[in-house]
Amino acid sequence: MSEETTIIDAPREKLTKKAITADHPTWCPGCGDFAVLASYYKVLEKRQLDHEKIVTLAGIGCSSRFPYFVNGYGAHFIHGRAVPLASGISLARPDLHVFLFGGDGDGFSIGGNHLNHGARKNINLVYFIMDNFVYGLTKKQTSPTSPIGFKSKTDPTGAIDQPVNPMKQLICAGATFVARTHATQVNHMIQMIERAMDHQGFSVIECLSECVEFFPGAFDPANPRKGGAFELIDEKKWDNTSEDELRHDVTDELAAYKLAQLPFPGVFGVFYENDRPTKNALEKKWIDTTREKLGHPSDLALLQKTFDRMK
Amino acid sequence: MKDTTTTPETDAPNSAEDPTAPRGSLTATAPSATAASQSDRADLRPESINDAVIRLAGDSQDGIQSAGAFLARLAGRSDHDVMTYMTIPATISGGPSIFQVRMGTGEVLSAGDEADFLVAFYQHSYQDHISFLKDGGVLLYDSDNVQPDLDDKRFVYVGVPITGLTIEALGGTAKDKGKNIFILGLISKIFHLDVEKLTTLIKEKFAGKNASIANTAIMAFTAGYAYPVGNVLTKQYKFETVVPKEGDRAQITMDGNQALAYGLIAAGVRYGAGYPITPWSSVMEILRSELPKYGGIFVQAEDELGAVSLALGFSFSGYLAVTGSAGPGISLKTEAIGWASMSEMPLIIINVQRGGPSTGLPTNVEQSDLFQAIFGGHGDSPRVVLAASTVEDCFYIAIEAARIARKYSTPVFILSDTSLATRIEAFDEPELKDLMIDPKPDLTPRAAGFKPYAVDQITQHVPPGTRMLDGKYPLVSGLEHDEMGHPTGSPKLHMAMTAKRRNKLRQLAEEIPMPEIYGDQEGNVLLVGWGSTYGPIHDAVKLAREHGEKAGALHLRHLHPLPNGLEKIFARFKRIVVVEMNDQGIYGFGQLATILRARFCEPKIESATKTDGLTFRVKEILERVFEGRSFAARKIPREGLPIVHADPSSENVKSLKEVVPQGVG
Ligand SMILES: Cc1ncc(C[n+]2csc(CCOP(=O)(O)OP(=O)(O)O)c2C)c(N)n1
Ligand code: SF4
Ligand SMILES: [Mg+2]
Repeated sequence: MSEETTIIDAPREKLTKKAITADHPTWCPGCGDFAVLASYYKVLEKRQLDHEKIVTLAGIGCSSRFPYFVNGYGAHFIHGRAVPLASGISLARPDLHVFLFGGDGDGFSIGGNHLNHGARKNINLVYFIMDNFVYGLTKKQTSPTSPIGFKSKTDPTGAIDQPVNPMKQLICAGATFVARTHATQVNHMIQMIERAMDHQGFSVIECLSECVEFFPGAFDPANPRKGGAFELIDEKKWDNTSEDELRHDVTDELAAYKLAQLPFPGVFGVFYENDRPTKNALEKKWIDTTREKLGHPSDLALLQKTFDRMK
Repeated sequence: MKDTTTTPETDAPNSAEDPTAPRGSLTATAPSATAASQSDRADLRPESINDAVIRLAGDSQDGIQSAGAFLARLAGRSDHDVMTYMTIPATISGGPSIFQVRMGTGEVLSAGDEADFLVAFYQHSYQDHISFLKDGGVLLYDSDNVQPDLDDKRFVYVGVPITGLTIEALGGTAKDKGKNIFILGLISKIFHLDVEKLTTLIKEKFAGKNASIANTAIMAFTAGYAYPVGNVLTKQYKFETVVPKEGDRAQITMDGNQALAYGLIAAGVRYGAGYPITPWSSVMEILRSELPKYGGIFVQAEDELGAVSLALGFSFSGYLAVTGSAGPGISLKTEAIGWASMSEMPLIIINVQRGGPSTGLPTNVEQSDLFQAIFGGHGDSPRVVLAASTVEDCFYIAIEAARIARKYSTPVFILSDTSLATRIEAFDEPELKDLMIDPKPDLTPRAAGFKPYAVDQITQHVPPGTRMLDGKYPLVSGLEHDEMGHPTGSPKLHMAMTAKRRNKLRQLAEEIPMPEIYGDQEGNVLLVGWGSTYGPIHDAVKLAREHGEKAGALHLRHLHPLPNGLEKIFARFKRIVVVEMNDQGIYGFGQLATILRARFCEPKIESATKTDGLTFRVKEILERVFEGRSFAARKIPREGLPIVHADPSSENVKSLKEVVPQGVG
């Protein structure tokens, strides 16, 4: 069809912020999530990915409205289950860039089991968790990251359950890229997203993103403009200097775990990175060796042979 | 067609042949007092038969399933129709277990109510199953373990020291492992089975394993075959040979779960995810090892929601995917299935049903998840529900499910059950080259104006990676949405989109072919069924018609939506009885009966249900449907013997012990 050829030949325009912007975000004014969206646009623009290969996914929550604000393929899934959804897309379509956004409740509570297993299986994708220490969309219930003493509608006298430590949990679960950032630190956030993209494997970023409505000021202790300290992880440069010995080796799991132990607000940057093979690569290897052994038969020949054995 | 071929050794006149024995049934004279003194009678001319039910009863670790499977495969290779039935114990390892093979040269629909031939490994096997042996039937028992009541003159007793002879034949460390193959040898002798084909099957089965395993198996087989069984059994049988007609397709032999898995592969399904649960697991096990050969992936997920979500991810990425489970797992997947309905994502969901609710009867059969399949979940969430009726149909229903899922961009349930999952049937080899589908997603760029959720069209998603030339990319959403997938709270849009999702199923209903009626096209009773009850229902109708009843059977594969026009069929019968394996509920009707009554407002629809966890026996159906008619009640109950589950309504159960399956089929 001649029409089709012209379609395929259509020239590709530069990917601009305008091209990837969709609905106006419905977040409360001042919500930390705006900055995350802005950083995402910036990275996509900077990296000039093919527009049609960007896939933006999310579960349910304020933060999870994310895909609606991006013009690109995307899906708004159910609460807590976006990790396996994203895993399916990543495994079947290595040509796509799979980005997943969600909240602390979505990721660490209802979706906690999926997070652990996505990490263990080391599925190739970028998972950005907008952690506001509260349930935003459902209007201020205790979240799995709410600090002890936080007064919510479900803990009117203050939260009593030990909160999840996202960094520890992710390192333990086997995530191969684990980083932490802050929504007021846009440049740092962009750096972290880019490094997560460049990492092959299950790359998770926890971003402290303030819910101005239900937990205002939660992250001021890490915001220099509010009198806090945004302390960065000093990563090893491998320059054989004596200072370097004191720096953090991102491949050192125990060292990463120690950094994760630091009291709130802790430190920011890449805690852990490791190049364990992805499930994507391992499945592909299995497929390739199997098909090689079989001599790359057609689907029909394969199934016919199976049936011949059942006669 | 009676087989009169004689081999050189069988020229002697057949003194044992009983001319009064009814054709097609298996009978033998009771061993006379002189039987033991007679020489090996294996050289006698065998009696020709065309249908036999052989029940192997032992413990699961005895390998009776594999012995039964060899028989089934052999029957398939010899162009016989074959149907098997097995029970699996709920215990982790061991426990009573049976495998029943029915072989015939006609159309074999059900596994058989009664056995012609019972092989008992243990005393409990004998005690639990002797009531399934028909009068005049043969009890072949391991005389090392079983002491039958020889005074009961209804049966022919053939005691063989199976355990001892197997140990003797194999010696050493094998102990009595191999009894199953020894018995296979014995049966081959008695039934004049094709030894060459059988040994080939055995060798094929163990090909690639340690050569000594295959040798041991052959040794056990040879020992069983060489046993002078003719000393005690004065009769032998030979199946009428089936001469394949020209154009006849080869027979393939497999179980229902295999048929589902290979049907999916033929249908171009290359991705899926699941979580293990009986009786679904083998579907995922097959797909896990088969799909990589086709370039695909099956993921063992962390849980049921993970599995359905992965499958939805595969479908979203452009490859129609499958997930599956049994009832408990489907319950967990429900929220995501609702999303599939709302986002109109194609997906195949297999439910290999077992007894419920909760963990229920994990290894027994039940058809009690029909409501769950049709209605499970919140909101108005249309989906398609299909049910496979036979093992062969498992293959074709998978293809139908994939076709519907793609065309209507919808989740499609396939209902199977324990009985289909575990039984082996032989069926005509499918014409693969006409059926195979190339599953590649279409990534050609789309012209301006594409809307996934156009109100006046059936949704067709575009896989990511496809350029949209107007630069506008669609979203897929579980929130109510507009035509581009963006959220909306508009009542008008919710009404329009709800109608859109429902109307595509009405459109599907229009294209579903009207199912054929088996038997009388009009008359007194129409038996309506769905799923694995196909065989016994059809056998029941056959029998009833032989006794002068005007009866027909209607079997539904498309359960939601139902095909249009069933009311025209219903109008032609005085009674409509829906036969299904679930509870009659508080209003007295089974699940399909309830739906048919709601759909057609037809008060003459009756319900025949049961919940004993076992497949319907033909006479159970006859008793229920033709109550009081002499042919229905004939020979049952058999005097002096406990009838298990003769009365399906638990209210009439005299003692609870009576209904406990105790590994009984
Ligand atoms: C199965 C299910 N349970 C509960 C909800 C209600 N719900 C929606 S979002 C949410 C919590 C959101 O918290 P979080 O993930 O931290 O996201 P945030 O809104 O804070 O960004 C809950 C409980 C739901 N949509 N689905
Ligand atoms: S409720 Fe909180 S998290 Fe949600 S949009 Fe408003 S500020 Fe952001
Ligand atoms: Mg939150």
